[in-house]
Amino acid sequence: MGLLEGRMEDGFVVTSLEAAVNWARESSLWPMTFGLACCAIEMMATGAPRYDIDRFGAGAFRASPRQADLMIVAGTVNLKMADRVRRLYNQMPDPKFVIAMGACTCGGGPYYKYGYNVAKGVDLVVPVDVYVPGCPPRPEALLEGLMRIQDKIHKMKEYHKGQPAEVPVPTRTGSVMLPPELATPEKSFAFLTENKERAKPAK
Amino acid sequence: MTHAEIIALLEQQFGSAIIAKNADALDPFVTVDPAKLVEVATFLRDDARLKFELLNDVSGVDYFETDPKKVAKAGFDPHLEVVYHLSSFSFPGRRFTVKLVLPRWKDGVVGQLPEVPSLCGVWRTADWQEREVYDLIGVKFLGHPDMTRILLGDDWVGHPLRKDYEFPLEYHGIRCR
Repeated sequence: MGLLEGRMEDGFVVTSLEAAVNWARESSLWPMTFGLACCAIEMMATGAPRYDIDRFGAGAFRASPRQADLMIVAGTVNLKMADRVRRLYNQMPDPKFVIAMGACTCGGGPYYKYGYNVAKGVDLVVPVDVYVPGCPPRPEALLEGLMRIQDKIHKMKEYHKGQPAEVPVPTRTGSVMLPPELATPEKSFAFLTENKERAKPAK
Repeated sequence: MTHAEIIALLEQQFGSAIIAKNADALDPFVTVDPAKLVEVATFLRDDARLKFELLNDVSGVDYFETDPKKVAKAGFDPHLEVVYHLSSFSFPGRRFTVKLVLPRWKDGVVGQLPEVPSLCGVWRTADWQEREVYDLIGVKFLGHPDMTRILLGDDWVGHPLRKDYEFPLEYHGIRCR
């Protein structure tokens, strides 16, 4: 609770309306049940206790677009479905957010060249906020995407600028622990050079 | 009853309606004149010696070489085939295949789909299978109760599994290529 820590001692909180509204919004994103293909299995795993999307307040999967403000497009969008995707997006109340989950929704995936009936990315159908690549992505990746959406909401300035933030600024990512051979730029360069040497075919 | 005996029985019953046969293939088959298809199918289902009660699958094949350099080596004239895979409950493990050879376009006019009689009255499973063949390969099944597309949208143009199919540039405002 970084926002509220240490501010409760006097019994009241001073904050901007925007910060309070954004905090409320990002803490209770309600996603729409939108499993189209195999990525949906991974989305279900994300909702299940092991990964537990409820930790981020986004566990209330709604069966109706009217009650949802996050659309996780999980799976191949074919052209017959694309009309429905667009209609469901239009039915969602503002502010609404879209996560494109998986290779198919990011850009067509394996169906890019010969898929006669597959939309080559759901961004051709609805505006996408966060892309989560992978085939399918791990639940951790989806949670990361969700946190990027929360970052985006965190920076929204609807009340005095009228527009949501253009670029989401990551505020929740911790430092990434690199293995010792990649810890410094020199070491990682040496590691890559050695890898390239080893990959050369033996004569 | 071996496959050779099944084929012999069919030839004895229908004579010239059996255009081609192969009892040694992995899936032994006969090629049937489309005009006699329903009679052959009914015989295969009802005859006490055959009893093919189940139509497993209806598939369509497009024999067409798009590369003009390879046409001479292709080894076939351009045509369509519809393949019916049958199996039997009364004689477990018995399988058989019936094929139809069709022109790619009816009367050689591009855009006119070839027509064959529907087998919905013989096996009810033919209903959706034939709609799929119509949708993706483009064979019209006469007498089918609901000859509409099953997988693609109703306003789709063309039949995607034909070798000379051209992908649409745009569908309902969505870029496709």
